[in-house]
Amino acid sequence: MKKKEQCEVLRQEELLPGIMSLTIRSGSIADNARPGQFILVYSKDHAKLLGRPISLCGIDPEAGTVRLVYRVTGAGTGTEEFSAWKPGDQVLVLGPLGNGFPLEEASGRHLLLVGGGIGIPPLLETARQHVGPCTAVLGYRDSLFLQEEFDPYASVLVSTEDGSEGFHGNTVELLRAMDIQADIVFACGPIPMLKALSAWAQEKQIPCWLSLEERMACGIGACLGCVCRTKETDSHSHVKNARICKDGPVFRSTEVEL
Amino acid sequence: MKGMCVNIAGVELKNPVMTASGTFGSGQEFCDYTDLNRLGAVVTKGVANVPWEGNPTPRVCETASGMLNAIGLQNPGIDVFCERDIPFLKQFDTRIIVNVCGRSEQDYCEVVERLSGTDVDLLEINVSCPNVKEGGIAFGQDPKALEHITREVRRLAKQPVIMKLSPNVTDITEMAKAAEAGGADALSLINTLTGMKIDIYRRRFALANKTGGLSGPAIKPVALRMVYQAAHAVSLPVIGMGGIASAEDAIEFLMAGASAVSVGTANFADPAVTMKIVDGIETFMRAQNIRDIREITGIL
Repeated sequence: MKKKEQCEVLRQEELLPGIMSLTIRSGSIADNARPGQFILVYSKDHAKLLGRPISLCGIDPEAGTVRLVYRVTGAGTGTEEFSAWKPGDQVLVLGPLGNGFPLEEASGRHLLLVGGGIGIPPLLETARQHVGPCTAVLGYRDSLFLQEEFDPYASVLVSTEDGSEGFHGNTVELLRAMDIQADIVFACGPIPMLKALSAWAQEKQIPCWLSLEERMACGIGACLGCVCRTKETDSHSHVKNARICKDGPVFRSTEVEL
Repeated sequence: MKGMCVNIAGVELKNPVMTASGTFGSGQEFCDYTDLNRLGAVVTKGVANVPWEGNPTPRVCETASGMLNAIGLQNPGIDVFCERDIPFLKQFDTRIIVNVCGRSEQDYCEVVERLSGTDVDLLEINVSCPNVKEGGIAFGQDPKALEHITREVRRLAKQPVIMKLSPNVTDITEMAKAAEAGGADALSLINTLTGMKIDIYRRRFALANKTGGLSGPAIKPVALRMVYQAAHAVSLPVIGMGGIASAEDAIEFLMAGASAVSVGTANFADPAVTMKIVDGIETFMRAQNIRDIREITGIL
């Protein structure tokens, strides 16, 4: 039986104010996870019942560790509690969950990764595991994080909304302005970005996969809290609602209605 | 453990622990985490005569010691349920309780008739969902309507009928008595309490439906009080639920008068919690030298 697992915190550092990088020891998650999957991380405060879904930024089966890069969502939140965890602390997690990016579809082809803000972390492990050329287009509001870590695996282009670094504008404006070419696209970020990217990919006739997020409760496909609208009726729901936690979080852009 | 058997309307359950409707799907998603053979019964997510799309998202949000949901009874409809979910559950040595929902009396009756030819053990009639505009709670807040729909369902059903009551009423005993008068074989309570949360930074309701059903440990004292009141107002077996997250919680409900208990929101916090509750009740019984669980049922 699968179950919630107690893991040791190995490292935690702040990449930017409110953006944390947490590495935990879990051989079973590291052995079984693929890029684009997520885990649920549980608060130790019994008044906070639900696991917080956090994507895997790094998967290291040899070391038996996984790395999470997450945003602290406010005072008194679960993620604020997580940000205070220290090496040696024991924490409860469940996973890996969800489907992950279809790396086999991209193998040997020019992969374009498009990430916005806190949607960037799962793309790092995707870039690392991809076989073939890779371009990463990373969009930020102002300050950058993780972009240097993509360098060994991808040619990196950066956009900022305030123009303080890289291209002044958003990621899809960058794609258009620089006339970026690719064979296949994987993306994670805010809905407006994913919508614009989906339209761009459609125009260019490039197959595109999007990682979505939504408020979720169980994380395993039972509660139907985190659904997204789909174009066709699916075999599980028999209505046009796919479960982001179980059928996703990664969907073909042409399957979903954003 | 032999002494954990309970009987609900003539159906024997190996132990008093079951899943609360809507928190466990039809068991499929949970069977990687929970051995369904260990449960007294699996109560399925509500099923209607046709597929329902449910509400827009966000459908869930966390609150202090609880959560709000407004799923809106998304379900694939009775045809898929009979073809896929019943055969799945039949593989396990547990009882199957099908939760039935509808927008009209006719809808409920259609599902109940469809289930009459199937090998499920009990029906639970959801007249208490706070998250759908029609049906659901409309039947559960008016004693006359509740008695009427209970009678109609009872007339058609081949399995014993459990009426699932809403806590969103002034007097739960009035509703319990109405269900009993309509011929219910058992009662289950409580469904969720209607609540609300506002995101002050976005200046929006946290749920797309504005309101949702509050569940989790936050509602346990209310649930326990209502189970106690209902169990003492009628002579039907009562299935208690509302915030149960541990064996100790479950035992409180049994002592308050519940013949069995359902575990709901706690499944989201730990997908193996139901098995832990079964184990915990057994440990309690051994420690307290209780040979038969019924020794403590309704002792208060």
